[in-house]
Amino acid sequence: MPDSGAAPPPAPGIKGDVREARAHDSAVQQVTGKARYVDDIPKPPGLLSLYIAMSDRAHARITSLDLEAVRRAPGVALVLSSDDVPGTNDIGPVVADEPLFAEGEVLFHGQPIFAVAAESEEAARRAAAFASVEYEDLPAHLTVEDAMAAGMDLEPEQVMARGDATSALKNSPRRLTGTLTIGGQDHLYLEGQVALALPGEDNDVHVFSSTQNPTEVQHLTARLLGIPDAAVTVEVRRMGGAFGGKETQSTIMAAASALAAMRTGRPVECVLDRDDDMRMTGKRHDFIAQYEVGYGEDGRLTATHFALASRCGHATDLSFAINDRAMFHADNCYHYPAVRIASRRLRTHTVSNTAFRGFGGPQGMLAAERMIDEVAFELDRDPVDVRLANLYADGNRSLTPYHQTVDDCVAGALITELMDIARYRERRDEIDAYNAASPVIKKGIALTPVKFGISFTTKHLNQAGALIHVYTDGSVHLNHGGTEMGQGLMVKVAQVVAHEFQIDIDRIKVSSTRTDKVPNTSATAASSGSDLNGMAARNAAQTIKERLVAFAAESYGVSSEAILFEGNHVLIGAERLTFAELVKKAYLGRVSLSASGYYRTPTIDYDRAKHRGHPFYYFAYGAAVSEVAIDTLTGETRVLQTDILHDVGQSLNPAIDLGQVEGGFVQGMGWLTSEELVYDDNGVLRTHAPSTYKIPTAGDRPLRFNAELWASGRNKVQTIHRSKAVGEPPFMLAISVFSAITHAVTAAAGGKVFPKLDAPATPERVLMAIEDAKARAAGVDGVNA
Amino acid sequence: MIKFGLNGELKEVEDVDPTMNLLDWLRYQARLTGTKEGCAEGDCGACTVVVGELRGEEPVYRAVNACTLFMPMVDGRDVVTVEHLSADGNLHPVQEAMVSCHATQCGFCTPGIVMTLFADYEGRDPGPKLPTEDLLAGNLCRCTGYGPIVKAAEAAKAAPEAKLLDSEDGLERLRAAERQSMLSYRYQDPVLGDTKAFFAPRTLAELDDVLAAEPNATLVAGATDVALWVNKDHRTLPVTVSLNDIAELRTVEETDSKLTIGAGVRYSDVWERISALYPSFGAMIRRLGAVQVRNAGTIGGNVANGSPIGDTMPALIALGATVRLRKQGKLRTLPLEDLYLDYQTQSREPGEIVEAITIPKPTRGQHDAFYKISKRFDQDISAVCGAFSVTLGSGKVTGARVAFGGMAATPKRAAACEKALIGQPWTEETIAAAKTALGTDFAPISDMRASTGYRQLVAQNLLTRFFLEATGARVPSLDRGGLVDA
Repeated sequence: MPDSGAAPPPAPGIKGDVREARAHDSAVQQVTGKARYVDDIPKPPGLLSLYIAMSDRAHARITSLDLEAVRRAPGVALVLSSDDVPGTNDIGPVVADEPLFAEGEVLFHGQPIFAVAAESEEAARRAAAFASVEYEDLPAHLTVEDAMAAGMDLEPEQVMARGDATSALKNSPRRLTGTLTIGGQDHLYLEGQVALALPGEDNDVHVFSSTQNPTEVQHLTARLLGIPDAAVTVEVRRMGGAFGGKETQSTIMAAASALAAMRTGRPVECVLDRDDDMRMTGKRHDFIAQYEVGYGEDGRLTATHFALASRCGHATDLSFAINDRAMFHADNCYHYPAVRIASRRLRTHTVSNTAFRGFGGPQGMLAAERMIDEVAFELDRDPVDVRLANLYADGNRSLTPYHQTVDDCVAGALITELMDIARYRERRDEIDAYNAASPVIKKGIALTPVKFGISFTTKHLNQAGALIHVYTDGSVHLNHGGTEMGQGLMVKVAQVVAHEFQIDIDRIKVSSTRTDKVPNTSATAASSGSDLNGMAARNAAQTIKERLVAFAAESYGVSSEAILFEGNHVLIGAERLTFAELVKKAYLGRVSLSASGYYRTPTIDYDRAKHRGHPFYYFAYGAAVSEVAIDTLTGETRVLQTDILHDVGQSLNPAIDLGQVEGGFVQGMGWLTSEELVYDDNGVLRTHAPSTYKIPTAGDRPLRFNAELWASGRNKVQTIHRSKAVGEPPFMLAISVFSAITHAVTAAAGGKVFPKLDAPATPERVLMAIEDAKARAAGVDGVNA
Repeated sequence: MIKFGLNGELKEVEDVDPTMNLLDWLRYQARLTGTKEGCAEGDCGACTVVVGELRGEEPVYRAVNACTLFMPMVDGRDVVTVEHLSADGNLHPVQEAMVSCHATQCGFCTPGIVMTLFADYEGRDPGPKLPTEDLLAGNLCRCTGYGPIVKAAEAAKAAPEAKLLDSEDGLERLRAAERQSMLSYRYQDPVLGDTKAFFAPRTLAELDDVLAAEPNATLVAGATDVALWVNKDHRTLPVTVSLNDIAELRTVEETDSKLTIGAGVRYSDVWERISALYPSFGAMIRRLGAVQVRNAGTIGGNVANGSPIGDTMPALIALGATVRLRKQGKLRTLPLEDLYLDYQTQSREPGEIVEAITIPKPTRGQHDAFYKISKRFDQDISAVCGAFSVTLGSGKVTGARVAFGGMAATPKRAAACEKALIGQPWTEETIAAAKTALGTDFAPISDMRASTGYRQLVAQNLLTRFFLEATGARVPSLDRGGLVDA
C-alpha cells in the first residue's frame, strides 16, 4: 500500500494505534521493579563472576606479566589474557586495532590486560591484585594538542569543501577567527555495562548483553572465540540507558564472558562497577574547533573555514564516522557560499572514544553556532538576525558543503514561531535593562536552531529486519532488530503493527532482540530505530495481512478490495469476523502466519573519498530559546527558562517523542555546563563516578521549561507514517544554553570584547572567561587611550 | 543473627558479611532485584529503599540509599523495597503517577525514584517537607530530563489518599525485631577466609567496653562515607562498630546560649533547628548530599571524618563550635578547629570518639553566611566552601571568624583575613584589604573540582558577596527561587 503522505484514516476502534500518546510498553514493569535487566536475570547455578583487570599506565611496554599468583588465589576458576584467545584477539568494530586484552603494550590507563573468573566478584577482584605486571613507560600523548604535534592521525586529514573558500575569504568585507575547546561526555547510563554468558553444547554460547548492537557483539565474540557467528546467540530485552555508549563498548564484557564460559563450561557474568565502567569504556569525543569566517555588513556569511580536531583515543572504533558527522553538521542550518571543513582524527593514549547521542554532530554544530555568535557580536547585531540571514533556502542557497540539496528546511518557520511564543525580542530588551541595573547577576538569552541529517552515513547500515508470528488465538509475537534502551522503540513499532492489523496493542507481545530471530542487524543508533524497524515490521505485518486477505477473498468469494481490517475485526464483504477468528480459519486453511520483514532506506548515497553525495534521507529540525543567569562573583549559572519547538514530522507517539525532546535537551545541557571529564597528567581519569562527574539533577532543569512538538511538522519523504527520527536531534537544542551563557558573560565583561568561553561552561570557566574578557577589554581601552 | 522487617515480614538472617551492603543482599541473597545499583556510592539513588525505625512509640520511615547501609545496620529496622508497593497487584499511587506521566524511559532509575516519592507520599518522616526538586535531588535520571518525574511527584501529592504503611503493623514488627542485648558477631568469608567483626552497642557504657577491646575499630553512624571504603576502595574492615543504637548519642539539647548535637543525630533531624538559628547554614545543609544521604549521615560523622572538603566544618568553625570527645568515659572539649592537625590527621587518640558538637547561638551584631561552590547545585562535593561570621559594633568589626573548606589539607580558619577585618571599619576598603590578606592564607591545590587560581579567586569573591549581603545590597542568589524577584 503506497504511502500517500496523508495521515492514516482514523481508527478509533483500537488501543495503541499510531499517533496515540501511549505509555512505554514496560512502564508498569519498571515502576514495580519487575522489568528485568541483564543483572536481574535469575542466577544460573555455578555462576562465575568475571573481573577485568586494567592497565594503570597510559602508555607502556609490558615487560613481564606473571599471573601465577592470581591463578592460585582463593576462589579462582580461570584467568584469561591475550594468550588464551582461541580466535582473533580484537574487538575493533571497523578497523582491527583494538585488542580485547592488551598484547605486549598498553595504550591507555584503564585498558583491559587480563580477566579473572572466580566464585565471587570480590574473590575475582582480590585475586587480580596478586598479578605481577612490569611496565616500561613509553611517551604518552594524552591531549588533542599533544597528538597533533606528534602527528598521530588515525587517518589522513579529511576535507569537505564547496567553492573556493580561501579566495572568498580574502575577498570578504569582514573576517574573524576564533577557537573553541569542546569537552567530551560520559554516557552515565544508569545501568553499567554488563554481560551474562551461558555455555551451550558443541561450543555454542548464548550471551545476554546490554547492547545496542547484538549483531556486532555476536560477530566479534564469534571471531574472538574462533567459532562461526551461527554458534553465538546474543539477546537483549532492554538496556538501562545507552546513548551510544553500548553501540560498540558492550563487546568487551560480552566477549570476555563468552570466552570464560567456553573455557570453564560454566555460566559467567561480568558486571562493571561504575568506576571501572567509566575508566574502561569510551565517551564522547572532545574537540578543538577553529574557524575563520568572512562576512558582510548585512550579516551574510561569504566564506567559512573550519579546522576540527578530536581526541579519538587509542583505537579507531567509530571515530571516522563520528568525525565525518562533525563535518556534516558544521553548517547546522546555514548556507555557506564557499566552505572548507577540515577534520583531523587524533590517536591518543586515552580510552577510545565512541558513539554518543549526536555522534559528532553536536561538536560541529556548537562550533557553527559559536561562529555565528561572534559574527553577530562584531556586527553589534542580535545573533538571531544573523542566524535568520544565513538559513538554507530554496534555489541557490540550498547546497550543503557535501553537495546534498536541502529541500525540506523549516528552520525559518520554526524560529519565527518560537520567537513569538517565547517573546524573544521583548525578553532580550528586558535582559539588557536588567543587566544595566544588576552588578553581580547578569542574564543572557539565545535562540539556536537544529538541523540534523537522518540516516547512517555508512550506507549499508541503513537496512533492517523484523519477524512477526501470529498465533491461532490472534495474539501476535513481534520481533525486530532494534533494541530498547528506554527510547520507546518497542511501543512505537508495536503501534505500527497494531495499526496494520487493526488490533489492540495489548494483543501484540514485544520480545527480546535476538540474533537468532532477526540476523545481520544494524546498531540501534543514528536515531534510526523507528524509521528502519518500524518499516521492516510493517513489511512483515503486510505480508501476513496479504495472505489473510487472499485467504478470506477465496474462502468467502469476495474481491480483496471488499476486505477491511478495523477495530479488532475483519470485514469480509457482508461478514464480520474477529481478527482471531479469521486467523484461526486461515490456520485451518493452511496459511502461513509467520513472516519476516525487511526495509532499506531509498535514495541515499555518499562518496566518502570525495565527501560528496546524498548521505541523508531527510533532515529533522528544532529550535530552542534559553535564558540564563550567571553569578559574576562565582561563575555559577542557572537556566531560567527554555522554550522548545521540535519537528518530529507526524509523531508515531507524541508522549514518547516529547520525552526524547526534553531528555535530550537536559542531557545536552549537562554536556555544556556541569559535566566535565578531567584526565590528570598521567592520563588517569579523575572524574569516574557520579560523585565527581556531575550530570544534571531534577533541580537543574530550566526553572520554566516549555517543550512542544511542532504542530506543523511534516515529512516530505515516505518514512513510517511520515514521522521523523527524534533520538538525537533534540540533544543539540541545548546549544541555546551555551550561547545564552556566552551572552551573559559578554554583558558581565562590559560588552567590549567577545568572551573566550570553552565548553563545558563550568562555574570556573565562566568566572575565568569574565576575568579574561575584562582584562582584554581593559587592554583595549588602554590602547585606545 | 540479625533480625529486621522486610516488606511486611520479619526476617532473620544468619551469617551475613557485616560489610555486605543492603543493596547486594537484596539483589543477590533475597533475589529482590527491583532495587538497582547505579553507582554504589550514594550519588545516584537507584538503590533507594525505605527504612523504618522506632522513634519512641512512633515508627519513622525514610528514604535511604541501600548501597551505603551495611547489613547489620538494618538490624531492628523495617525495610521496604519497591516490590512491596504493588504486592497486592495494584499500583501504588506514586507508581500510577509515574506511569501516567510518562516518567519512565529506560526504567533503571525508576524504582529508586518510586521509593523516594513513596516515602514522601506516606508521610511517616518527621523531617522537613521538601519542594519536589529538592526531594528528587538524590535520584539521577539520565533519560527523561526530569520533567515528567516532577509532574508525577505533583500528581502523586494530589492523588486520593491510599497509604500502604500501617503504623500498627510496623510498630509490631519493629518491636519484634528489637534486640534485648548488644548485636555482636564475627564472620568468616567462606571463599576468602577473612574474618570480620561487628558490634552495635546500645549504651555509651557498652561502647566504652567495645572500644577498650577494639580501639582501632571503624566507627559508623550513617556509613555514607565508610561504606565507600568498602564499595569503592575495596578495603576490608576487620572490626566495625555502629553508633546507631546508642540513644545517648541521638539527642539534641538546646539552651539559651547553645545547641548541642549528639554525634549520632542525622542531618535530617537537626536541620530545621540549625536553620532556625542560622538560615544560611540551613541552606547549605539543604545542598549537603541529598535526602537519602541526610537521612543516614550525621554532623558527628562529618566532623569525625574530617575531610578537607566536608561541608559542615567550615561553618561550625566560623561559628566557634566545640567538639566533645570521649574515651573510656573521660570527656574533653576542644574548639573544633583544634581537632584537625593535618591531612587526615586529628588530635583524637585511638579509641577516642566524637560524642557531641556544640554550636553557640548568635549574638547581637553577628552576621553570618555560608557558601558552597560546586560544579552542580545539588548533591555535589564543594570545590570551595566559605564560612563567614563577623560581629559588628559601632560600624566596626569587633569579631571575625572566617573558615574554608577545599582550600587546605584540613578545614581551616583564614587567619590573615580575620586579622585584616578585626578592629577595622565595616567598609569596602576593609573588605578589599581582607581579600588581599585572604590571598595569603591558603595555597589550594588544583584537582578535578577546581584549579588553584579559581579557588583563590572565588574565595575572595565570596567575601565580597558576604559584605554585599550583610550591608543589605540587593544581590540575588542563583538558588532556585532566588531570582524570583530579580
